[in-house]
Amino acid sequence: MDESRSETDAERAAPLITPLAIGEQEAVSIETRDVVFDLRDIDVYYGSALALEGVTLEIYKNVITAMIGPSGCGKSTFVRSLNRMNDSIPGFRLTGQALYHGNDIYASSVDPVEVRRRIGMVFQKPNPFPKSIYDNVAWAPRILGMKEGLDERVEKALRGAALWDEVKDRLKRSALGLSGGQQQRLCIARSIAIEPDVLLLDEPASALDPIATALIEDLMQELKRDYTLVIVTHNMQQAARVAERTAFFSLDVSDGKRTGVLVEYDDTAKLFTRPSDKRTEDYVTGRFG
Amino acid sequence: MSAIDDTRPLSASGNLRRRRAVDRTMRSIATGAAIFAVAILVIVIYSIAQRGASQLSIGFLTKNPTTTLNGTGGGIKNAIIGSGLIVALATVIALPLGVLIAIYLTEFSTARLAAPIRLALDLLNGLPSIVIGVFVFGLIVLSSGETGFAGSFALSIIMLPLIARNTAESLSLVPKDLRDASHALGISRWRTTVGIVIPSALSGILTSAVLAIARAAGETAPLLLTTSLFNPNATSINIFGTSLPNIPLDIFNLSESGGAANTAAAWGAALVLMAFILIGSLSARAMLARSRRMMSR
Repeated sequence: MDESRSETDAERAAPLITPLAIGEQEAVSIETRDVVFDLRDIDVYYGSALALEGVTLEIYKNVITAMIGPSGCGKSTFVRSLNRMNDSIPGFRLTGQALYHGNDIYASSVDPVEVRRRIGMVFQKPNPFPKSIYDNVAWAPRILGMKEGLDERVEKALRGAALWDEVKDRLKRSALGLSGGQQQRLCIARSIAIEPDVLLLDEPASALDPIATALIEDLMQELKRDYTLVIVTHNMQQAARVAERTAFFSLDVSDGKRTGVLVEYDDTAKLFTRPSDKRTEDYVTGRFG
Repeated sequence: MSAIDDTRPLSASGNLRRRRAVDRTMRSIATGAAIFAVAILVIVIYSIAQRGASQLSIGFLTKNPTTTLNGTGGGIKNAIIGSGLIVALATVIALPLGVLIAIYLTEFSTARLAAPIRLALDLLNGLPSIVIGVFVFGLIVLSSGETGFAGSFALSIIMLPLIARNTAESLSLVPKDLRDASHALGISRWRTTVGIVIPSALSGILTSAVLAIARAAGETAPLLLTTSLFNPNATSINIFGTSLPNIPLDIFNLSESGGAANTAAAWGAALVLMAFILIGSLSARAMLARSRRMMSR
């Protein structure tokens, strides 16, 4: 009885998420994909407050994985933990097993700078350096020792971010003169110029207009061929459009404490049309959020 | 329902008239006090300019004092050179140290470690300059004699907290997301500071240097104790070996020597010093305002 009811609910939810968008994402056959991140029972503390509890999931190579959920449920905290960007936050502590290609990224012998060398991040608000467009892309490779072929590297990165044609004649001009969408693509170019393995994107299009957003989403489909992408988005429809796998986070409010939990993690199509957990179903049908 | 008729005209009623009078009086007094503050500055600048303007000539700036007693036609060239060298050496000592302290405070320390350091800088800033002069006198002059270097050392102690505090403020104005962007590219903290944070805060750092220089150029007490015994008629550049003539002490000596020509020269020197400091302060503030505007894009 329950099952048929939830199916009808999901069908009612279909207008929110166009069937076409979901159909485009083929189901990920996870048996054949390499595991990039293997996370078991991750707890995140800020001081004594438990921010995230018991997160277990695997992230696969060359797949776009989306983290969705209501505000404040820990999705950004989780993704930032993947490349040790939370280290600078006072009181941050992570327990559990966080393996990246089999290596524990929180082991004491690990250099966080090396972690971030391989796992890059693009932020919600575009943050180009106050330098020229060329220098924005070339600065990090130069420091990391990739000094030969810098011009080609910059061009390749800008092409990879679908920005080359727009800026090729003004590479020496300040990056701050670009539009918001262009700045964000520049930030993506900057990240891929050092040839990372994984790209984490924390709400990359939330500060952009719809046209720029569509460009970024198309770009992500291209990027996933060379990189593994993890995106945080508060926009369910965006997750349905771009991601093959989606993780739904939510808040567990008990004893007056708010803790983020991973509710469900599955192929996007299945998560949106036949969610296993009632909380997921409530969220994707818009009953809360 | 009020006891008085609410349809009366809206002119002041009850004790509102008296309260209005009090309000107006207090506002006039406050405005008068503000005008007074500006007036003091204007009076000081005007009186020095008026008395010293007659001395201002190319000769005054490029000739040494005359060797005759109360003679005319001399200049303060050696004092200008001496002051320039002393302040320049003080800057060379204080600027790198101040910037490094600021970098430590904003980039590498925690709030708990930074608090005592900021307190120490504030206390150092508040030390009377004569106390600093006596300290350097005991440290260097007693054993090695008076030198321009001792004066520079004393001035650098005065400049250090100024540079450190203002540079720290400029560095903290650089938005955090620029540092995040650099870290996310696998760049270490120090490289991020050198390559991103400091270039972004550069005009703020230069401004703090200029303000510190303007302050140090006018300090007299430390120089009195460290570089006051010099030959007033000769130009000297041996900063590590002897005392150097300098403008603040020239003003002091000339006004104490008596005689119309000496007094006039003192006013001239005071005008030169005041002009240098005013121009320095104003241009530093203009640079700072411009860089703050550009930072908050």
